[in-house]
Amino acid sequence: MLDFKDILATQDMIDKRHLDVRTITMGISLLDCAHEDVNICAQRIYDKITRRAENLVKVGEEIEWEFGIPIVNKRISVTPIAIVGNSCNTDSYVPLAIAMDKAAKECGVNFIGGFSALVQKGCTKGDWVLMDSIPEAMKATDLVCSSVNVGSTKAGINMDAVAKMGQIIKKTAELTADNDGLGCAKLVVFANAVEDNPFMAGAFHGVGEPECELNVGVSGPGVVYHALQSVKGQPFDVVAETIKKTAFRITRMGQMVGVEAGKRLGVPFGIVDLSLAPTPAVGDSVARILEEIGLEVCGTHGTTAALAMLNDAVKKGGVMASNHVGGLSGAFIPVSEDEGMIAAALSGTLTLDKLEAMTCVCSVGLDMIAVPGDTSADTISAIIADEAAIGMVNSKTTAVRIIPAPGKTVGDMVEMGGLLGSAPVMPVHNESAAQFIARGGRIPAPLQSLKN
Amino acid sequence: MKAVVTVVGKDRVGIIAEVCTDLAGFQVNVLDISQTVMQGYFTMMMVVEVSGATVPVAELAQKLEEKGKEMGLSIRLQREEIFQAMHRV
Repeated sequence: MLDFKDILATQDMIDKRHLDVRTITMGISLLDCAHEDVNICAQRIYDKITRRAENLVKVGEEIEWEFGIPIVNKRISVTPIAIVGNSCNTDSYVPLAIAMDKAAKECGVNFIGGFSALVQKGCTKGDWVLMDSIPEAMKATDLVCSSVNVGSTKAGINMDAVAKMGQIIKKTAELTADNDGLGCAKLVVFANAVEDNPFMAGAFHGVGEPECELNVGVSGPGVVYHALQSVKGQPFDVVAETIKKTAFRITRMGQMVGVEAGKRLGVPFGIVDLSLAPTPAVGDSVARILEEIGLEVCGTHGTTAALAMLNDAVKKGGVMASNHVGGLSGAFIPVSEDEGMIAAALSGTLTLDKLEAMTCVCSVGLDMIAVPGDTSADTISAIIADEAAIGMVNSKTTAVRIIPAPGKTVGDMVEMGGLLGSAPVMPVHNESAAQFIARGGRIPAPLQSLKN
Repeated sequence: MKAVVTVVGKDRVGIIAEVCTDLAGFQVNVLDISQTVMQGYFTMMMVVEVSGATVPVAELAQKLEEKGKEMGLSIRLQREEIFQAMHRV
């Protein structure tokens, strides 16, 4: 028999603590869309996405009503376009991005990911074309998200691609300067990218994935924050246990929604991504959880340890609640999308260097960070290299989503709007890394890669 | 298929009657009711059978929410699996 108290507790989480399913993301393989004519390839991409994802939004909304749980985003991820487009005789994949954008709009989803390339060990012809197409594609589309994987524990770091991506990020910012460089908010540079990530902007449908599947990203910083308020002053054992219990509940809800949505759409359920994903809304912040644990401001000494504990407890709680866990699964710390992070950055306590340290113990990386518009491509590449090294050595996913906001300088705010939020421009080190980046080549895979 | 209907709002005469009449109109059978008044606030939980409902569950939930607004109450229908999932191992 259901308990009155449990029912009211669930409703309270939904109404007051921002409990929701953050995203249901349909992964669609586009491997069969390849064609030497880029326009035919684009048409095939459009046709396949609109056929597969035709009912995604409708089914999502039905589930929202039936179970009374908000599903904030319905999204699509596709096979990395560098692979799909590799056989096209063309020097630009922008038409493929436009086809993705049109298909996403037709389906009613709010983002589509997979304008991507996996270049951790080296670049194919298609990979170069894709990277060169990113700035124009980000300008020409509204919903398309792009990612490039430049390193992995197994392969090392492709420093040629790292150098390239610094330039591409700068160019993307320039081409979308009218919107404060918004194009860069839809562009992620990864190390150890995962193939079943449901979260944007880094979602793509890996080649090891099935024809079509449904992945779920849950959320719930607000619920965790609220639960921790009831254990003020108690030892970390209690804190970790409280987070685990909360994560378990949130994940079970995500698992149920994922299985149900998959069943109705006739596609297999893939994974639940156990991530604490914040939003700019007050009360839905990861930074505020860290502060509730006992830090005056997020970013001060102790932040890394608190985040490590939080990240671990979320996974431990969630892993038993789902039969398949995957994606990024960890606490996210995007600056612009987290009200508490924005406040901490504005106060000067949360710096780029501290954020880098924090990324050693959580997913994913330097996320949604605005830096001065005059930051050089080399410096951006060096920031990417640092993050990729953390990911490579620690066998974890790391990423850089950075916005060198044109015309802006430290102290200014960059407004992205909606879930992307707003970010204060943070200072970077002015000393050059140009000679470091100019070397090119590949950083060899670390000893950790030799596990066989 | 079972669902949980929760009704919360300022207490007054006839809330149960009105909600149950509405449910009956949709061919929804009430299996269990528990109800209390806390600090002047009426709180009711019903377990209902929705398999035979005349409209799909999603639509039923929307209609009940609208009805709730008319009555100045919060009426919510949710399939019971969500609570089972979150609170039972």
